[in-house]
Amino acid sequence: MALLEKRTEIYPHYRVHVVPINKFKTISLIVHMRQSIKDENLAKRALMPYVLQSATENLPSAKEIRQHLEQLYGMTLSVDLMKKGDYHVIAFRAEIGHEKFLLTEENILEKAVELLADVILRPKGRIEKAFDPEVVRKEKRSLKQKIQAIYDDKIRYANMRLIEEMFENDPYGQIVYGNLEEIDAIDEHSLFTYYEQALVRDSIDLYVVGDVSHHDIQPLIKKHFTFPPERKEHVHAASQSNLLLHRDAKEVIDEQEVNQGKLNIGYRTNTRFQDEDYSALQVFNGIFGGFSHSKLFINVREKESLAYYASSQIESHKGLLIVMSGIDPANYQLTLAIIREQMEKMKRGDFTDDELLQTKTMLVNQWLESVDDPRGIVNFLYNEIIANRTASLDDMIQGIERVTREDVVNVAKKIELDTIYFLKGKEAGKVEKSSV
Amino acid sequence: MKKVAFEHIGETVFEKKLANGLQVVILPKPDFNKTFATFTTNYGSIDNQFIPIGKQEKIRVPDGIAHFLEHKLFEKEDGDVFQDFSKQGASANAFTSFTRTAYLFSTTQDVKQNLMTLLDFVQEPYFTDQTVEKEKGIIGQEIRMYDDNPDWRVYYGVIENMYENHPVKIDIAGTVESIAEISKELLYECYETFYHPSNMLLFVIGPVNENKILHLVEENQAKKSFKPEQPIQRFFEREKSGVVQKKQVISMAVKTPKCLVGFKENQVNRQGKEWIEHELAVNLLLDLMFGQSSANYETLYEQGLIDSSFFYDYTEERSFGFSVIGGNTEQPEKLSETLLNMVNEFRKKKINEDEFLRVKRKHLGAVLRSLNSLEFIANEYTRYQFNDTNLFHVTKAIEDLTIEDVETVLHEHFVEPSFTACYVVPH
Repeated sequence: MALLEKRTEIYPHYRVHVVPINKFKTISLIVHMRQSIKDENLAKRALMPYVLQSATENLPSAKEIRQHLEQLYGMTLSVDLMKKGDYHVIAFRAEIGHEKFLLTEENILEKAVELLADVILRPKGRIEKAFDPEVVRKEKRSLKQKIQAIYDDKIRYANMRLIEEMFENDPYGQIVYGNLEEIDAIDEHSLFTYYEQALVRDSIDLYVVGDVSHHDIQPLIKKHFTFPPERKEHVHAASQSNLLLHRDAKEVIDEQEVNQGKLNIGYRTNTRFQDEDYSALQVFNGIFGGFSHSKLFINVREKESLAYYASSQIESHKGLLIVMSGIDPANYQLTLAIIREQMEKMKRGDFTDDELLQTKTMLVNQWLESVDDPRGIVNFLYNEIIANRTASLDDMIQGIERVTREDVVNVAKKIELDTIYFLKGKEAGKVEKSSV
Repeated sequence: MKKVAFEHIGETVFEKKLANGLQVVILPKPDFNKTFATFTTNYGSIDNQFIPIGKQEKIRVPDGIAHFLEHKLFEKEDGDVFQDFSKQGASANAFTSFTRTAYLFSTTQDVKQNLMTLLDFVQEPYFTDQTVEKEKGIIGQEIRMYDDNPDWRVYYGVIENMYENHPVKIDIAGTVESIAEISKELLYECYETFYHPSNMLLFVIGPVNENKILHLVEENQAKKSFKPEQPIQRFFEREKSGVVQKKQVISMAVKTPKCLVGFKENQVNRQGKEWIEHELAVNLLLDLMFGQSSANYETLYEQGLIDSSFFYDYTEERSFGFSVIGGNTEQPEKLSETLLNMVNEFRKKKINEDEFLRVKRKHLGAVLRSLNSLEFIANEYTRYQFNDTNLFHVTKAIEDLTIEDVETVLHEHFVEPSFTACYVVPH
């Protein structure tokens, strides 16, 4: 039996993926809208879903929507923005308690589907072709506050700065919220025009995860998700995200009044989700910095006591490897040298068979655990769409199991240092730049 | 082994208290891939004054020692336990809260071996002068990381305002200075006192067979010897009612100011049914007053006093309790005043029946949603047991709660002498 059963239906306007699974006590409904980030006004794109979830034709204020959600046994409705390779993805996530656990006669699942469809397709101002100006004003302010909040979270800030530096000439360098100037320029009319475009152009995927049959949910979706007639082409196969081109490594040092220095290092992996050696890259990352048995954790934290956190992660679609660590600025050169040495060891194949085996076991574990959570299931399934590669959970696990030591060394050799970013305190004294 | 079925939410729990006092709880979840286990002691950062096991004199230990102990248990003579877990295909972790220290793993393979590792590493401490010194560097960086985190600072700021002596006002990790005083002797003393099996709970949830798991645990425990069970004597200095300080302002490298206000709970040490009901009542009141469906939330959002970071929460554990409300704001002073006014106004009116029922529905749904998570069930089940009650009673408690219950709590908890505020502002 496959580890994860799902059924996908392709309609003229969108795709519906149903995962009938009875281990959860809720039903999750998740809509992903995807558009290339190239030449895109990300501010409009980021603002749109927040405005949509604030007022519908039926429920013309955020307060009324929230009251309705509470009435539906605390159904949740939230908006999230993601970069997936060269795509900007808007996620609308709804989750509702399963009727079998609630003493209710109402058909709350249908009401949930209806509300989610109303939010996306029947906003307040649909006839006037303009959103509520008050809602737009409030949500513009809120979006700007989200951007400012990144500055206040130094771990996120350092990561954002690194990506900005790595992708100075690539749209991927932008944050998902767009920029402050773009936000200021938006009004209720221009945003509505953008929304109409998005409804016609975006690729749309709807996921249903929970104890519900395809047969029961399908008519509800058909009834409530009615797209504008101009929307003809439903799904464009995703095109491959661009890799960064080779260039000399650079080093950037910022100063702020902080106690702890944040050392973030970006590498180009030149390997993506759809590539043959993606499994090997996952194993590489596991040995190098993905786990608490990894080289970074052992050497930076356990052996040298330089940091509380020292880890690495891969971005699957854009081909990135990011190392993150929080250190005393005085230890900048030492930490950097240790991290770079671990990378060299990986390229030389200087890791034990135990490390290899242990990492593979942990990765299999991680894949299996990811489908114990409704959101994990959707994330897994959506990666296929972005990478335009069909891969079942069973395939992913077998892929990991097949990886050899040579595969890891080969994938390591493809990895190139791109940018070293360091955020340090003002009083920390002069930090010697390294010779990259 | 006792079997308890909670039919309304479709869960069945198996429980047993072993001869050495260890409480074992097993919850089979055949449809899940992973098994998650926690081994928790009823001991946290606030337990800094006590009589060590087998002694007569009360001692006071350095701030941050419970958390330090948590870090140090992972290190053994032959290396690091993280390694053992990952060799066995499990990811392990641990956390220390005000009142609990939990060790945990999750795995999709070899539950048996990982469970033995969990029990053994927690029950076989190995501290040396050298490894204790080494850990000070790592924890020092952990403390620095939190020092730069404005959300953390504003949270502790508001708790600090509330309490004169109670150790809940001290950062769980302690300070760089306080952890400098920690020695292996002190670690052993805390360990011997608080890690006795009778002060601990093992929770296992996942696709497991309850009989096999229990058998394994019993066999493992039978091989070890422990001092006889004896009640732990902990001491907390008396706290007067009301807060110590009404306001605190912290200056940091931030762009957006933060404001968090709090109400200190004056009546503490509730247990069992009373504890659940009180916690629920405060949470329902917070929803009624400041939930996203409330008139107050709408006003605050419209006036630009709050953004999507706005939140509220109530925490009540043995010996302390407090609610907090706030988030990012351009006008911390004004937000603080407005929140207090709103609470004062709310107290004057009767609670609307429809709103009350709606908020109860919201809580029922929230319980279902959280029960999707094995981690949530394990951690919260343990917390409820340590407060002498059962997590799965919560749906019944929500249904039974009346407007009168909630109104009583409103007039006791949300009062002006218990109010305090803390702001983080840009330099």
